[in-house]
Amino acid sequence: MPEHFDLAKMIFGRLTLEAIPYHEPILIMTFIGVILGGIAVVGALTYFKLWVPLWRDWITSIDHKKIGIMYMILGLVMFLRGFADALMMRAHQAMSFGDNPGFLPPHHYDQVFSAHGVIMIFFFAMPIVTGLMNYIVPLQIGARDVSFPFLNNFSFWMTACGAALIMVSLFVGEFAKTGWLAYPPLSGIIASPDVGVDYYIWALQIAGVGTLLSGVNLIVTIIKMRAPGMTMMKMPVFTWTALCTNILIVAAFPILTAVLAMLSLDRYVDTNFFTSDLGGSAMLYVNLIWIWGHPEVYILVLPVFGIFSEVVATFSSKRLFGYSSMVYATLVITILSYIVWLHHFFTMGAGASVNSFFGISTMIISIPTGAKLFNWLFTMYHGRIRFELPMMWTVGFMVTFVIGGMTGVMLAVPAADFVLHNSLFLIAHFHNVIIGGVVFGAFAAINYWFPKTFGFKLDYKWGVHSFWLWFVGFWVAFTPLYVVGLMGVTRRMSHFDDTSLQIWFQIAAVGAGLVGLGIACFFIQIGVSIWKRKEYADVTGDPWDGRTLEWSTSSPPPDYNFAFTPVVHEQDAWFDMKKHGFKRPTEGFIAIHMPKNTGAGFIIAAISAVIGFALIWHMYLPAIVGFIALLAAIITHTFNYNRDYHIPAEEVVAVENERTRLLANHV
Amino acid sequence: MFKSLTMLRLKRPLLLGTLLSLLLSGCNMVSLSPSGDIAVQQKDLLITSTWLMLIVIIPVIVLTLLFAWKYRASNTEATYNPEWHHSTILELVIWAAPLVIIIALGAITWVSTHELDPYRPLERISEGREVPMDTKPLVVEVVAMDWKWLFIYPEQNIALVNELAAPVDRPIEFHITSTTMMNSLFIPALAGQIYAMPGMETKLHAVINKEGAFEGFSGNYSGAGFSGMRFKFHGMNEADFANWVETNRKDGQALTRETYLKLEQPSERDPVQRFAKVDAKLFDAVLNRCVESNRMCARDIAAIDAKGGQGKTGTYNLASNAMIGTKIGLNASTQKTYVGALCTPEAPTGLASEAKTL
Repeated sequence: MPEHFDLAKMIFGRLTLEAIPYHEPILIMTFIGVILGGIAVVGALTYFKLWVPLWRDWITSIDHKKIGIMYMILGLVMFLRGFADALMMRAHQAMSFGDNPGFLPPHHYDQVFSAHGVIMIFFFAMPIVTGLMNYIVPLQIGARDVSFPFLNNFSFWMTACGAALIMVSLFVGEFAKTGWLAYPPLSGIIASPDVGVDYYIWALQIAGVGTLLSGVNLIVTIIKMRAPGMTMMKMPVFTWTALCTNILIVAAFPILTAVLAMLSLDRYVDTNFFTSDLGGSAMLYVNLIWIWGHPEVYILVLPVFGIFSEVVATFSSKRLFGYSSMVYATLVITILSYIVWLHHFFTMGAGASVNSFFGISTMIISIPTGAKLFNWLFTMYHGRIRFELPMMWTVGFMVTFVIGGMTGVMLAVPAADFVLHNSLFLIAHFHNVIIGGVVFGAFAAINYWFPKTFGFKLDYKWGVHSFWLWFVGFWVAFTPLYVVGLMGVTRRMSHFDDTSLQIWFQIAAVGAGLVGLGIACFFIQIGVSIWKRKEYADVTGDPWDGRTLEWSTSSPPPDYNFAFTPVVHEQDAWFDMKKHGFKRPTEGFIAIHMPKNTGAGFIIAAISAVIGFALIWHMYLPAIVGFIALLAAIITHTFNYNRDYHIPAEEVVAVENERTRLLANHV
Repeated sequence: MFKSLTMLRLKRPLLLGTLLSLLLSGCNMVSLSPSGDIAVQQKDLLITSTWLMLIVIIPVIVLTLLFAWKYRASNTEATYNPEWHHSTILELVIWAAPLVIIIALGAITWVSTHELDPYRPLERISEGREVPMDTKPLVVEVVAMDWKWLFIYPEQNIALVNELAAPVDRPIEFHITSTTMMNSLFIPALAGQIYAMPGMETKLHAVINKEGAFEGFSGNYSGAGFSGMRFKFHGMNEADFANWVETNRKDGQALTRETYLKLEQPSERDPVQRFAKVDAKLFDAVLNRCVESNRMCARDIAAIDAKGGQGKTGTYNLASNAMIGTKIGLNASTQKTYVGALCTPEAPTGLASEAKTL
C-alpha cells in the first residue's frame, strides 16, 4: 500500500469536474440535446408503462430475432453519431483554408476523425452485419435459435456497452486523438497522457468480447443446427458467407484483444512493447493491428456479398449462377485475407521482396472477388429482373464497388502506393468499398428482410429517394477526394494552406449533404412504412417470391421460427418446396422446447462497462469492487438451472391456426 | 419504376465518365505530373495498372447496366431461363480473365517494386540517362520532429529546419528517422513517401529533374501540429545550390547537441532556421536515441543484450535528462528516465567525451 493512502484518489482516480467539457459549446449543446432526448424517452417509457415489457421482452430476450433487431437499432443509432462526425469533418475541411482556421480546433477535430472511424467500423458496420447474421442465419438453416442463446444476448450487451463507453467519452473527458487504429508512439502514455486512448482501449476490449463470442456462437450454429438434408453445399450463400465471416472473427479478434492489452500494459504499468525506448517497437503494433485489421475488412464485406447473392437470385427470379464457384471464392477470400496485412504499410520500409509478396497476394484477392461479380452478372443474364429496392441497391453496388476494387488494386502496387498511401485517394478508396459495399449492402438487406422482420414492406417512393441521394451523394462526396488525393493531399489534415484546393472540399461537403438527405429519406421511409403498415402488410411471409427457408415461415416469424423443422432436398430449399407443391402442415403440432430469457447477460455487460469506465479514469477502488461484482454475477448465473421451457402445444396450435386463417383470407 | 430505370441508364455512365476523365487527365495533379524521375516512374506504373484493370472493369460495368436493362421484368421479349445456373466454359472464363490480368499486373508489381525500392541506389537520373560513374549522391539526413523537419547535409556541414534543396539531376540519398512520432517524408513531385520512425532508419533514393519549389510534408498523422508540418523543397541548378549552401554557412548558427535538444521540443509552424556547423555524430545519436550525453545508445543496449544483458543490475543503471534539462533551460515537464551511458576511462562519469559541453 502506498505511503499516502488517498481514498478520494482511489475512488475518483483522475476524474474531476474539469473532465466535463463545459467550455465547448458544440458539446454542451449536444449534451443538452441528449439529456432532453433521454428525459423524453424515459418519460414516454414510464407514461406508456413500457419498462416491464422492455425488460421482459427485449433486454433479457435471448430470441435471436429480437437480438438481431437490437443489433440493427444499435448500429443505426451509432451510424447517426458517426455520420454527424463525418458532416463536421467535411464542413470543417471545406472552411479551414488560408486564414480561416475552420470551426474545430485541432484537438477537437482530431477526436472527431478518430471517433468517426472507430464508430463506423466497430459500432455501425459490425452491429449491422452481426445483427443481420443473427436474424437471418437461423431462419435460413431452419433452426429455432442459435446454439448458445444466452451467449448471444450477452454478446449483444457487451457490444452495446462498448458503444455506450464511446458515447460517454463525448461528455466526460475526451476521445482518442490518434486516428482509428491508435498507432503508438502517438497513442503511448507520453504523447497521449489523457483518457482518450483509454476510452478507445476499453470500449473496444468490451465490445470485442461480444464480437468474439457471437462469432463462436454463429459458427457452431451453422455447423450443428442446419435442418436435415441441408448439406454444406446446399446452404444458402448468405449462410456460407456468415460462416466464413465468423471464422475470420474467431481467428482475428483475439489478435486485436492481445494488441490492445499490450498497449494498455504500456500505458498502465510502463511496459515497453511499443515504446521507442528499451527495446519496444511501434512497428510491432502496426503489424499486429493490421493482422486483425485486414481480415476485419472481409468480416464486414463477406456477409454483404452473401446479401447481394440472395437479392440478385430472388429479384432476377432465377437460380444463382455458379453457386459452387461462389462458395469457393468466399473460402479463398477468407484464407487470403490473412496474408495481405502488410499492404497497409508498404511505406514502413520492408524490403522490396516482402512488399512484392504482399502486393501480389492482395491482387490475387481480386480474382475471387471478380468471379463473384461475374456470377451476379450472369445471374441477371436470362433473368426477369424486378427492380424492387434491394435490387436497385445491388446494381448500385455493382457499378460502385468495381471502381473501389480497381483503386484498391492500384494501392496494392507497392511502388504506386508510395504516392497514394495516406492520401485522400486512399480515403476515397476505402469509403468506395465500404459505402459502396457494406452500406449499400446493409440497405439492400434492410429493404429485403424488413417485411420478414415486421410483416410489412418498406415504402418504395422514399426508398428510391434514399437510394438516389445516397448513390449520387456518395460520388459527389468522394470523387473530389480521389482527385485531391492524386494532387498529393494527405488525410487527417485540420488545416490547408493552399486555397486552390478549397473548391474540391466544398464539392465533397455538398456530397456529404446529399448523403445526409439520403439518410433522412431512409428514416422517413421507415416512418412512412410504419404509418402505412396496414397498406404494406404482407401476410404470406413470402413477399418477394423468395428462395430460401426464411421465407417459408410467417412474417414476423413466431418465437419458435418453424412449427416443424423443414427438410431440405435442394439448394434454394424454399423455392424447391414451392415448386414441388409444398403444403403447409395445419395439424399435429406438439410442444416446442425453447430457451428461457435471462437478465444475466445485461447485468454482466453493464458491470463490465462500469469496470471499463473505472479503469479509464484510474478509479481503482470502484474497478476492484466492480470486478468482484462481475465474478459474483457470473458465478450466480452458473447456478441458474431454470434455463428452458416448453411452448405448450395449444399455443403453437393457436399461432399456427391464426396464420392459416390469415393465409385463407389473403387468397 | 420506369422513371428510375431511365435514370439508372443515363446517370451512371455519365458519372463514371467524369470520374475516369478526372482520374486520367490531371494536369494540375502533382502525382500525375511529377518533376522527379522516381515519381515519374511511379506515375507511369499507376497509369499502366489502371489501364490493365479497366480491361475487366469497363466490361463489367457495361454488362451490369446492359443486363439490368435488357432483362428487366417488363421486357417479356427477353429470354428467361430460370434454371440456368452453370456453364463450365463461362466459369472458366470468369476466373481466367481476372487471373490473366493479375498475372500481368503481378509481374509488373514484382519488377517495379524492386526497381523502385526506396533503398536501392539510383541507376538512372531520368529516362535514357544513366547516373554518371563518378557521381556521389547528395546525402541528406532527415529528422522528423514534433512538428517540423530537420534536414542535415553532412557533406556540406549545414542543417535546416523546414527547408530542403537539391541540385537538379544529382541523386539524393535520404536517411530518415524521427524524434518521437511516426511521420512520413513525402515530397510528391520528387518521389513517393516513406515513414520516419523513432529509433529506426529508413532510406529513400530519388532525384529531381526540374528546377522549382515543391511541396513537402508529413504524410502520416502525428498529433496536434501535424497539419503545419510542411516545408518547401527546391530543385536548383548546381550554381544556385552552391550559393544556397554558402548562404546557409554564412547565416547559420551552430547545431550542437544543446541546440538540438531545445529544437526537438514540440512546436508548430516553425519558420525556416539555418545551421552551419553540425555535430558530426548528431544524426547517429538521434537515431540511437542518445543525444543526451548521459544516455546509453540503443546500439549499445542491443549489443549488451545480445551478449546476455546486464541482468538485474541493469535495472539500476538509470539516468535522467533532468540535469541536462536544467542546464540548458528546458522545462521540467519533459523529464524522462532512461538507461544510463556506461562509464569508460575517457568518460568516467558516463558522459561521452565528444559531448562534454553537456
